[in-house]
Amino acid sequence: MEAYYFSEQPYPGAWESDIESLRVTLPNRHCDPRVAADLINARLDEWELCDRVGINIMINEHHSSATCLSPSNTITLAMLARRTTNVRLLGLGFPLANRPDPVRLAEEIAYIDCVTRGRLDIGFSKAAPYEISPANSNPARFMDRFWDTHDLVLKALTVQDGPFNWESEFHHFRQVNVWPRPYQQPRPPVWIPAGSIASAREVGQRGHTLAMFLSGLNARKLKDAYREGARAAGRPEPGPEKFAYMGIVAVGETREEGRSRADRIMGYLRTTSIVSDCFMNPPGYMPPAGNVMWMKRNQTRGRAGDHFPVTKRDGTILKVGSGRDWTGEIPMDDLIDANIVFAGSADDVYGQITEFSDRIGGIGTVLMMGHGGDLSHEDAMASIRLFGEQVLPRLKTYAAPDTAEAV
Amino acid sequence: MSSIDLARPADRPETRAIVAGVAIDLVEAGRGRPCLLLHDIDGIHPSSPFFTGLAGRFRLFAPWHPGFGHSETVRQFHDVRDLAIFYQAFLKERDLDGVTVIGTGFGGWIAAEVAAMSTDRLGALVLIGAVGLKVSGRDERDIADMHATPFAAYEALEYVDPANKPNRYDRMSDWEMWGLARSRETAAHLGWKPYMHNPSLNHWLGRVDIPTLAIWGERDGVTSPAYGEAYAGTIPGASFVTVPDAAHHPHVEQPARTLDLIDRFLAGVSGRERAAE
Repeated sequence: MEAYYFSEQPYPGAWESDIESLRVTLPNRHCDPRVAADLINARLDEWELCDRVGINIMINEHHSSATCLSPSNTITLAMLARRTTNVRLLGLGFPLANRPDPVRLAEEIAYIDCVTRGRLDIGFSKAAPYEISPANSNPARFMDRFWDTHDLVLKALTVQDGPFNWESEFHHFRQVNVWPRPYQQPRPPVWIPAGSIASAREVGQRGHTLAMFLSGLNARKLKDAYREGARAAGRPEPGPEKFAYMGIVAVGETREEGRSRADRIMGYLRTTSIVSDCFMNPPGYMPPAGNVMWMKRNQTRGRAGDHFPVTKRDGTILKVGSGRDWTGEIPMDDLIDANIVFAGSADDVYGQITEFSDRIGGIGTVLMMGHGGDLSHEDAMASIRLFGEQVLPRLKTYAAPDTAEAV
Repeated sequence: MSSIDLARPADRPETRAIVAGVAIDLVEAGRGRPCLLLHDIDGIHPSSPFFTGLAGRFRLFAPWHPGFGHSETVRQFHDVRDLAIFYQAFLKERDLDGVTVIGTGFGGWIAAEVAAMSTDRLGALVLIGAVGLKVSGRDERDIADMHATPFAAYEALEYVDPANKPNRYDRMSDWEMWGLARSRETAAHLGWKPYMHNPSLNHWLGRVDIPTLAIWGERDGVTSPAYGEAYAGTIPGASFVTVPDAAHHPHVEQPARTLDLIDRFLAGVSGRERAAE
């Protein structure tokens, strides 16, 4: 199994400033640039340590938010391209439907892939609904634009006898001809996150790597949907390498230390959904059926469509990521039981991750949210070292079950 | 999603009609002079006092715009001017003349575009809380951002009393909710960027040559009365009136007063026509 280390690069100092919305509308006077400089550089130092201990790196982006200081996958990747030498770099992801400039994106991807001599993985995200306002992208026909952009970026990365022309509903380019072209041929691997059956099926149809974020045991259903999509498209049966799972991961010298670090990282879940209702469901982001269900329930926030609630193994629903409704009372044992958190000693974490993988029929990659909330730089560094030295070597020799059958 | 019932409720008066090759839902009611009612994003409410009041005065045509409610979406339509072309085709296909066009909110924008395109088949224009125009500076907003205002706060901009809102989820059928979701998406598709306006409408409104009345709620928090006055000011000879105790939807909150203003406006129009003969 492979591992990628991830942090949203949060700014927890502003989390008490507004109980309604930490995203889009929280005035940036709440951001002290000197504090931001310390936070950003601490995260970059942690990623450089990942390179030294052999953990791959995942980065992302959000906009106008106290929950994430990275405004651009490309910028962070470009810095890490030259400050790392060993590990793979994953941008997960580029918010395709919010990018008006897919050809520029393809150029940037190819450039970074050349700088790293082929260490780049590219992730394409639908992006959360509250990302639409900062980008001022039209939410109508949102997923149609996503897939049109996807097709254009991949064509721009792979066509070698261009230039070619693109005149679609969403994008107009006349001489697409990307220089340099990507180092990896025909192009870097593509990852797409999905949290619903319909989305997982679409990823399977295209044969990309499926990333599942904090979905717990629902990951099994997402994998099944992916397999259905792959079969329907006539693709070969996907092995574990096509499946990645993100959980909160914290390692300590002792079980208590690891769990205490995980509790700090949980600040992510306590704040990620604190967003004004008006940004949670822009028109078109969800299809009419999902909207009717929202209206029937008089719902103004939360996951929509055919997303699943996170449950413990006994079926108890956990209110994970419920923003203002967060009780803060979910016991760590329950979060570990639900595979939202992998935490404790190195032995604990190895056991929890592999047991989870076995249970859902095999994953090839664990995406570890190893930093979040107000976890200190020192704790993050210590956890990275322990994971790199004591967990990762064993994960690399662990053979995930290559089967659709769940245990 | 099997629990959603998409059958049209028996009490809905819509019939299917083909207009300019597009299958739309249409409500026809009343007799007399023709009137085209262009609805806002919240749709058509046939049992509302305003609607029944108009049906008692006119031969009323109330079409659901393409892509709104259960009317067919035309994939290639990309701005409100496409809807204006559609309604010009509607007037021609039905061979209607001297039509009073009434538009509310987003429908007011469509009505303004229809009139800007051609007044050949129009007799009068009534704009109620219309959007569509840009009058202020680049860092000022004429139209409240419905997508960036918390729901409760936005309702307070729209209504003096939010209890007057016609679309109450607890009283709507699945068919109506499905239609509302489509209406909202189409309105976003057509009015996202620029936000709820057409930069060139300002220019074209100067050639509207029919009697025009702009009706605004005195307490409109979405499009202020000052904006309404500026709107009327771009149309030669247009009148501007405000309705007390009403916000963005005066026809919903004060239907009798709004109908009375329309009556008096049209009486003045026919008075002028008689005097001209």
